Amino acid sequence: MAVYLCLVGLVETFRLRWIIANVIGLGQMMLLITAIVAGFVYARRVGGRTPAATGVSHDAPERVRVMLGGAAVGLLVGAALVVLLVVGSRVALRLMFVNASPTLYSLLTFGYDLGPGSALLLLVEGVCGLVGTLLFLVPSGLRRTVLGGLVAVLILSVFQDLLQLLLQSPGPPQAVRGLLFGVDGPSWSGAALVCVVTWALLAAWTREGDHVRARLAGLPPAGRRGFRAGVLAVGIVALLLIPIAGGPFVAQVMVLVGLYTLMGLGLNLEVGFAGLLDLGFVAFFAIGAYTVALLTSRGEQGIAHWSFWAAVPAAVVVSLLAGVLFGIPVLRVRGDYLAIATLGLGEIVRIMVLSDALRPWLGGSFGILAIPRPVFFGLTLGGPQQLYYLTLVASALVAYIAWRLQDSRLGRAWMAIREDEDVAQAIGIDLVSTKLLSYGLGGAMGGMGGAIFAVMLGSVFPHSFNLQISINVLVLIILGGMGSLWGVVVGALALVGLPELLREFGEYRFLIYGAVLVAMMLYRPEGLVPAAAQKRELHEGTADEAGTGTIAVAAGNVGAAEGRGG
Amino acid sequence: MQRRLIGRLSLIDLFLWAFRAVVVVIVVVGTVATLRAGRYSGAQWIDFVEFGLAQGGVYALIALGYTMVYGVLNMINFAHGEVFMGGAFLTYYVAAPLGAAGFLNRYVLAGLLVLLLVSMATSMGIAVLVERVAYRPLRRAPRLVPLITAIGASFFLQYTFRGLFGSGVQAYPEFEALKGDWVLGGLHIHRTQAIVLAAAVVMMFVLYAVVFRTKTGKAMRAVSEDRDAAALMGINVDAIIVFTFALGGAMAGAAGILYALVYKQVYFFMGFVPGIKAFTAAVLGGIGNIPGAMLGGLFLGLVESIGPALFLDGLGIPAPYQLRDVIAFTMLLIMLIFRPQGILGERLATKKA
Amino acid sequence: MPILVTEQMTKRFGGLVAINALDLEVTDRVIHSIIGPNGAGKTTVFNCVTGFYRPEEGRILFRDERVDGLLPDQIARLGIARTYQNIRLFGNMSVLENVLVGQHVHLKSTWVGAILHTPDTQRHERDALDESRKLLRFVELDRKSGFLAKNLPYGDQRRLEIARALATRPALLLLDEPAAGMNPRESLEMMAFIRRLRDELGITILLIEHQMRVVMGISDRVTVLDYGTKIAEGTPREVQGDPRVIEAYLGTRRTLPASEHSTAPRRLDPPGGSPA
Repeated sequence: MAVYLCLVGLVETFRLRWIIANVIGLGQMMLLITAIVAGFVYARRVGGRTPAATGVSHDAPERVRVMLGGAAVGLLVGAALVVLLVVGSRVALRLMFVNASPTLYSLLTFGYDLGPGSALLLLVEGVCGLVGTLLFLVPSGLRRTVLGGLVAVLILSVFQDLLQLLLQSPGPPQAVRGLLFGVDGPSWSGAALVCVVTWALLAAWTREGDHVRARLAGLPPAGRRGFRAGVLAVGIVALLLIPIAGGPFVAQVMVLVGLYTLMGLGLNLEVGFAGLLDLGFVAFFAIGAYTVALLTSRGEQGIAHWSFWAAVPAAVVVSLLAGVLFGIPVLRVRGDYLAIATLGLGEIVRIMVLSDALRPWLGGSFGILAIPRPVFFGLTLGGPQQLYYLTLVASALVAYIAWRLQDSRLGRAWMAIREDEDVAQAIGIDLVSTKLLSYGLGGAMGGMGGAIFAVMLGSVFPHSFNLQISINVLVLIILGGMGSLWGVVVGALALVGLPELLREFGEYRFLIYGAVLVAMMLYRPEGLVPAAAQKRELHEGTADEAGTGTIAVAAGNVGAAEGRGG
Repeated sequence: MQRRLIGRLSLIDLFLWAFRAVVVVIVVVGTVATLRAGRYSGAQWIDFVEFGLAQGGVYALIALGYTMVYGVLNMINFAHGEVFMGGAFLTYYVAAPLGAAGFLNRYVLAGLLVLLLVSMATSMGIAVLVERVAYRPLRRAPRLVPLITAIGASFFLQYTFRGLFGSGVQAYPEFEALKGDWVLGGLHIHRTQAIVLAAAVVMMFVLYAVVFRTKTGKAMRAVSEDRDAAALMGINVDAIIVFTFALGGAMAGAAGILYALVYKQVYFFMGFVPGIKAFTAAVLGGIGNIPGAMLGGLFLGLVESIGPALFLDGLGIPAPYQLRDVIAFTMLLIMLIFRPQGILGERLATKKA
Repeated sequence: MPILVTEQMTKRFGGLVAINALDLEVTDRVIHSIIGPNGAGKTTVFNCVTGFYRPEEGRILFRDERVDGLLPDQIARLGIARTYQNIRLFGNMSVLENVLVGQHVHLKSTWVGAILHTPDTQRHERDALDESRKLLRFVELDRKSGFLAKNLPYGDQRRLEIARALATRPALLLLDEPAAGMNPRESLEMMAFIRRLRDELGITILLIEHQMRVVMGISDRVTVLDYGTKIAEGTPREVQGDPRVIEAYLGTRRTLPASEHSTAPRRLDPPGGSPA
């Protein structure tokens, strides 16, 4: 295991091109983290799941042994790197491994020569291994605090561009900014400050956290709902203010997040609710975009000159029909085959749109240009900030629809199909219409996203609609939690927002996607905000332990009708 | 398929029949038109066939990996395309120096063999690694989970290679001995393509022998029939699964080097499209069915090569080659909808009460 | 009046004849059991009646309407519901949701109405909720309505499956081994429960069961299948004494060396005896 981590560590080093100018670069940090993790995992392997589970925490010699082992593991990591260095100094590895450059080597040796640098590296890695082991042995509260502080510093460094941007306005923000950042990056004082503050917060939470949680749980339903409403209100205000506070770049990113949320909600209908794996979803996005393009463009492909507001419903309808049309052939196809079949369908759409054969109508690889911006009561929605609000409204609308459907007869039918298609049919659910509704409505949502996409870019090119988008959307649903609406939002933020904000990630985006996917499936397949948990939250004011939103609604209505409170 | 008495569903069946009919019409009309127009000479058709067969051989080898893994684990190994790519790509670093040193031109056979072995070994390694890390912990998970994991692994591998070796395209060295044609009684046969096809066929025979004539092969077939029963018979299921991946990986590695010989270049993304095509081929032949994968691969290669010229050109579609993939995917769709068990395949188990 | 009739129903799987020219008549409001050794085709009968399989020959009539060849959801809509031998619940849905889904067949709200949240839709949902609650009380699962179905203990799962089937408001309920895996006391409770279904809700019950105590205890009528053929039919008492039935379960006597026991019965519990 440690060896594997070494190898991964080796691979990682080949991507150490980024140095964020703290005293320690982020790249070097990765190496250290590898050793820390290795030590941690080693200790866990040896000591059982938690220290309390074994006698390790109480048995001093045992402890020392584990710590030594951890240090050794760290040394192993270091050794692997040293081997790399040695080999690299002899052989021109760069011919093969593109990133094995001198810069890399000097990074590894902290700028010293090969000999002392390697020794230093070994030492540092060994220490990190030890640290990892210690983290395992230490009680979880302390561990959380320490880790929290370090993670906060990491976040500071990773997001420094964004943070600096947000803290631009004069007055208190700029003062904070000066405190945290130096010329090249976060300053010592800044990093230390963030770390300490986080430690303090986490320590406080560790002590008082359960207290607070108990208090919250003990609140009467009305109180709890008030609390939740408060949180929601704060969130909404934040959402509305983001483009203003963050500027056009952030707004642009949020528009993209919004579009992916739209698509995610649509695909969620198919995959999350009904369990129909659709890898060709980008086709609906494309159809929506092309419909709007065709209907509004002032260029040669435009077949009409409708306004945006007339074109959008048309796009939605066309996408809905497309969804139904695509759904029909694959009604009886199941599981993995459905995935491949829909992938094929999506690709067929893309290729046909790209082809010369359809160029007279669809513009071939040149696409359709000159799509005008939407005009809203005389105000042209030109910039990203305005588009952001448009996207926000659209997403909210679609989310509302999805939410309502989830707790409806149709939504439950979808879930039944997802669980066990044959039994669902035996219960009386008409598979054909239910599945087609899923594809249709999902497609419609995707189409709406495409519509906004078209006006955002002012043109549509077939190259924008590739398989990767379908996979992106699928990944963000999985990440957020299949079937869960909030999960879609979280997923979009994480998987679209983050990479945009962290520009260096751009090149390695898919690498991280891939790793994240695998990791999620291995350790938390239900996602970050699982649907079941979400449901449990929705029950307010009933005698049951948990239920669906229907109960809340019904109970609320019944309660109101009978004059009961809450 | 049960017949339906109620109107709404026969509408669906009607639609599907119409779909089938449209495809048949396109094919027939197009073919007739093309042949009548006579735009292509006999030699060109032969060219198409040759190329298609060579391409098909490559697809077949990759498809074997898909089909074996599906037979044994009931999952689609999305990362298999990257296994193929890995072998080809890594072997480049052996091929380049050898080519520069002239080794490849002096000892053609030895050179080819070396490259083949390196490629196969690399692909085997990658396949086994992926199985160990990403698939084994998820043996009993619901179907969606391993699929997503496979997608993730696929991306991870692609971009690892990109990160390691750069995003450029690497050109394979030329084999002097493989350039040009052989002339056989008036037919010009490209040497490279012929060798590729021959090699592919040989590998397929080897695989066939392993799967159907050895004890391990028999164990593999047992595991694909019924994993638990096989375990009860004393078969080490984990080992057999690793063996399956290794075997599939080896085939993909062979395919990789052959592909490189034909197209003469490798890049990190090259596994994606052949991977999907090969999967199509596996489905066409009947997933889980080894001769089916071989047949499916050859068939797909042929149709892809001849198809655009044969049916689309006659219909007056400009640049029909762009639609080559459409043909492949349409075939896939038709298979999945109307005959999911493929040309030769076994019936999928239907989970009834 | 017979609620369900099969006429010469035959089901083949390739060369194997699973059901051979079965003539079955289930009278309204009775509890009718189908018994027989393993592999006799009992579950296949269920599958044919509910539309999963289409019989090669013969007809199936439900309330004088032909139902063979219909889709399972159409048949459910006509009023036939079933449970499964190896419980097939919607595991990741809550207890309440499982029953709510059962209401699908007769719930009148539409998806458009759901999106628009019309008062009609709200009313329908409320009624459905009430009815589901009532059903859960009937099967004594109302306190666990929030549990995920897959987390329930075995006995509760069985009852939930029945509740879900009842939610479709069936006239005919097919129960596939409802007492499987239950100890004698639980079996008695299940028997009483099934009787309540017939008595209080007026549902006709068609039952597959291996526990003879249950079969003999509550059935009004028993049909015995062996290798897909009906070999006996009648009241429990009549069937118990039928020599063909005894032979099917116990096999014929053979003389063997003294050291061996008599031939292994094809079934584990002989009729009339108490199960292990």
